[in-house]
Amino acid sequence: MSIRAPRKGENYELSVDLNSEYRDKRKDAIKKVIASMTVGKDVSGLFPDVLKNMQTEDLEQKKLVYLYLMNYAKTQPELVILAVNTFVKDSEDPNPLVRALAIRTMGCLRAEKIIDYLCDPLQRALKDDNPYVRKTAAICVAKLYDLKPELVIDNGFLQQLHEMISDSNPMVVANTVTALTDIHTNATSSHPPPSPSDPALFTITSSILNKLLIALNECSEWGRVAILNALARYTTRDDKEGEHICERVVPQFQHANGSVVLAAVKVIMIHMRTIRREELSKQLIRKMAPPLVTLLSSPPEVQWVALRNVNLLLQKQQDLLSNEMRVFFCKYNDPLYVKVEKLDIMVRLANDSNVDALLSELKEYASEVDVDFVRKSIKAIGQTAISIESSAERCVNVLLDLIGTRVSYVVQEAVVVMKDIFRKYPSTYEGVIPTLCANLEELDEPEAKASLIWIIGEYAEKIDNADELLSIFVDTFTEESYQVQLQTLTAVVKLFLKKPDSSQGVVQRVLNTATKDCESPDVRDRAYIYWRLLSTDPGAAKAVVLAHRPPISIPRITVPPALLEELLGEVSSLASVYHKPAETFIGHGRIGADSVQRKGAELSDDRFTAQKALQTVVAGQQAENLLDFDDAPTQEGEPSGLAATQILPSSPAAANFLSGTSTNPLDDLVSIFGGMSASGVGSGGNGGGMGGLGSVSPPTASYVSSPLDSLTSPTTATTQNPQEDLLGLF
Amino acid sequence: MISAFFIFNQKGEVLISRLYRTDFKRSIADVFRIQVVSNSDVRSPIITLGSTSFFHVRVNNLYVVAVTKTNANAALVFEYCYRFITIAKSYFGKVDEESVKNNFVLIYELIDEINDFGYPQNSEIDTLKSYITTESVISTAHAAEESAKITMQATGATSWRRGDVKYKKNEAFVDVVETVNLSMSAKGTVLRADVDGHIQMRAYLSGTPECKFGLNDKLVIDKHDRGASGGDGVELDDCRFHQCVRLNEFDSDRLISFIPPDGEFELMRYRATSNVKLPLRVIATVNEIGTSQVSYTVSVKANFGNKLSATDVVLRIPTPLNTTIVDCKVANGKAKYVPAENVVIWKIPRMQGGQECTFTASAELTSTTTRQVWARPPIDVDFQVLMFTASGLIVRFLKVFERSNYHSIKWVRYLTKASGTYQIRF
Repeated sequence: MSIRAPRKGENYELSVDLNSEYRDKRKDAIKKVIASMTVGKDVSGLFPDVLKNMQTEDLEQKKLVYLYLMNYAKTQPELVILAVNTFVKDSEDPNPLVRALAIRTMGCLRAEKIIDYLCDPLQRALKDDNPYVRKTAAICVAKLYDLKPELVIDNGFLQQLHEMISDSNPMVVANTVTALTDIHTNATSSHPPPSPSDPALFTITSSILNKLLIALNECSEWGRVAILNALARYTTRDDKEGEHICERVVPQFQHANGSVVLAAVKVIMIHMRTIRREELSKQLIRKMAPPLVTLLSSPPEVQWVALRNVNLLLQKQQDLLSNEMRVFFCKYNDPLYVKVEKLDIMVRLANDSNVDALLSELKEYASEVDVDFVRKSIKAIGQTAISIESSAERCVNVLLDLIGTRVSYVVQEAVVVMKDIFRKYPSTYEGVIPTLCANLEELDEPEAKASLIWIIGEYAEKIDNADELLSIFVDTFTEESYQVQLQTLTAVVKLFLKKPDSSQGVVQRVLNTATKDCESPDVRDRAYIYWRLLSTDPGAAKAVVLAHRPPISIPRITVPPALLEELLGEVSSLASVYHKPAETFIGHGRIGADSVQRKGAELSDDRFTAQKALQTVVAGQQAENLLDFDDAPTQEGEPSGLAATQILPSSPAAANFLSGTSTNPLDDLVSIFGGMSASGVGSGGNGGGMGGLGSVSPPTASYVSSPLDSLTSPTTATTQNPQEDLLGLF
Repeated sequence: MISAFFIFNQKGEVLISRLYRTDFKRSIADVFRIQVVSNSDVRSPIITLGSTSFFHVRVNNLYVVAVTKTNANAALVFEYCYRFITIAKSYFGKVDEESVKNNFVLIYELIDEINDFGYPQNSEIDTLKSYITTESVISTAHAAEESAKITMQATGATSWRRGDVKYKKNEAFVDVVETVNLSMSAKGTVLRADVDGHIQMRAYLSGTPECKFGLNDKLVIDKHDRGASGGDGVELDDCRFHQCVRLNEFDSDRLISFIPPDGEFELMRYRATSNVKLPLRVIATVNEIGTSQVSYTVSVKANFGNKLSATDVVLRIPTPLNTTIVDCKVANGKAKYVPAENVVIWKIPRMQGGQECTFTASAELTSTTTRQVWARPPIDVDFQVLMFTASGLIVRFLKVFERSNYHSIKWVRYLTKASGTYQIRF
């Protein structure tokens, strides 16, 4: 029931004005009501007063009253019935704008009482001779289905929609397709899933296909997106049909609206799979490149969406933009998110002929202000060195220049990157080591320290004062972070195996400290194993600790192939932007872990985004609960507050994250034993698999860039933590 | 698709809130305020919290926000936000907090018209203006007829044009506007030079005119069938057209034919990367003398025929953050140190083709304790050159065919400019 506002205060004054005898005063009052509604004040008490102003010749006033109704109809179901008469009358108005407005608004009211009165006017509107009314009615069917699917089916609205696909007006066709697609998605996401014969499902037959292809060239930009999306869902019968669709869709690449271009790219990517004529596929890919590049002159947000998609497309079609690297050069005033994406794409496009330009660009970026971007640029130098062998020396020189700047975070990042280069090209750039060691005191980040320690251990026999350098870390052993401790331990043991005479003392000291004063069980366990190895069989220790490691490489794809195919079918969607299957971020944020595992691994291409995403998921859980508070009774069984935090692990990203961190130490242990029995690196993969992370790490991941046990190792594309640990151990 | 649409001011107050679907409550706006507006470290235009994704675009301290719970089409959502901004600009002149507050009724009307149930609808400004106006429309019998006509047009195959346009004098103005993007390295090699061009048309033509538009004789679009180009040929990497242009005809015969909207619109956008003529040549020598001084010598030369001239030439020459005073000497224009932006702004109102101007300066620095080296941001040059195209594009003809066979006058203008895109490193 509505409660009348008290006889004073803002609402009371408004209610007086709403009942004023002067038209202007009433209209102003309505505007004020809408303004209050916008800022979140409760003006539902004025419902009857506002309703009185519905019957008017003034279209603007009518729209305002309708806007109010849409907001409060749900809370005042008894009073809404009073509006029905005006709605029904409006739906027969001679003015098509009024007719359409009535239909549009009734569909948004979401009150049971109104819905029953909606069917007749809707029936009429679908057959209206004015296309504007018809296109509005088409969408209204989707609204009605969302509220009460039975009504749509019982009234035969679905058949009518299907007939309307042949409408003479392109916009009606587009909205009809939109409505049918909306109903289709609505039906498929319902529980239980609909039977294949459910009328709500929108299957695109070949006759529908032809109608869509005709309407495509005539309808508005948004309509084109809707139609292109429908075309993407069509299953072709043979390659001829696929070719036909592609040929008809290609002209859309020239459309001014970026979303039309991307929708066209999507259709081509899907239907190209069926095309068997190699020449045609090549031609399509060639035609796709310029429009994609043009998207880079769109507003930054659209650019970013385009870049994320280009990143995906490049993983499928390596040669897509082979000569276009320069257009991805960052502009000084690009937003950071655009710069980071461009960086990634530039590295993907690097080859022998353009690597010089790339390197001078990267060096330029490394002197910019934003720390995050600078670090990413330096990482990119490392990735270039690893993927293009001939450029490695130039990369190393650039890195040396950067170390020369003595800017702390630049030096640290460069050291981390150098370590990766040593992994890829062992014993090639040893001349660099003195420069690196000279910067020892600059380093305060664990990862950089650990990297340098690894390098010292690896090349201990060539560094005269290796024992001195390592003793510095042994002295501060207990204060160091966990990954630095592990690295120190391994490096000292390496040193001992290489130069037993001079380092007996250090090794004794580190093993003592690690086993007695160290809190981390992993460090202790590793120390014990080393100790036992060294004391029982130094030969075996050598075989294990100094074993040969395979060089690292950078995978061309960062998304598992199955997921890549799926995402390419969803170009320009949120999923394609996040490079994650849609289930991970829609569907109420909590779905079973099994449905995620089905998709295979979905660790993002860099840990940074993964963690960011997780943070947002976590925050979202809280946010959702925040949102639920004001209608707790309807959301039964949904825990809030503390309980909500307990269900966190059931959200997939969180689960991944938790397993990602918690299994790490375990993997370490497992991999140690795996390594012990086989005393070879070959078993590393298996060892890792036993770690329980098997489902998360994609089988294709071969990039093991970091010798360190680091969760945040940034250069690692799809890092397999377990394997890394194992390698770090040896 | 789009479940809710909001406009926030800089403080995070809601100026406009429209829920298209019922999967949200109005309080979702609070979440955005907490997570984005009051968060200083937002590094992505899309934020997903749980299953809710917020898309935001910033314009003049406003946040235009679209919210969805589905795997929405991200490009479409952003294009839609920008379209809204364009429409709002065309209605109120500018989009800022004041204009949104003053026009909120109209904005509600607009966002209900251009979006239904979360799906974008007709958003052609010209058509919208014919039935969503700032004056109130009274529904009368006459209006009903009028509306019928408008609605037919709004949904028709030429949704962008009314059928009953009449002009005494039939005129069409074509503006070819090219923005040059340049990135030049400290050594003077061109890292990147390309042209973003658009052809703006103002058509004041009666009836339903059928237009055909011709560019250079040798128009090469696809790089792969590029032959020996030269003479008056132009190579475009890509082009995009207003929705009035028949794309399939362009695809098959390279013919630009269309029925134009009434008034101003962007007919075509294109991109060119080959044979870009750079209108201004800038050579900069910047030396850091010790830690307390930086010396500058910057010369700029107008690299085009002496009949043409560049206007509004503005060079923004960065200075280190700890600059105290800059002593500038210029023969042409004015140069001034702007401490707030850490740049010296050198304005030259006019440069004749072939002219060369030089700037010398020395900046005094205070001593600082931080070891952060100076990032040396690039010198940025803004300018305009009339009757010059950096890509070499020329409009050969514009033919207008109409049933009444009237005579029409066409004007073509060329402009090459740069604003924030012409960068020289040093």
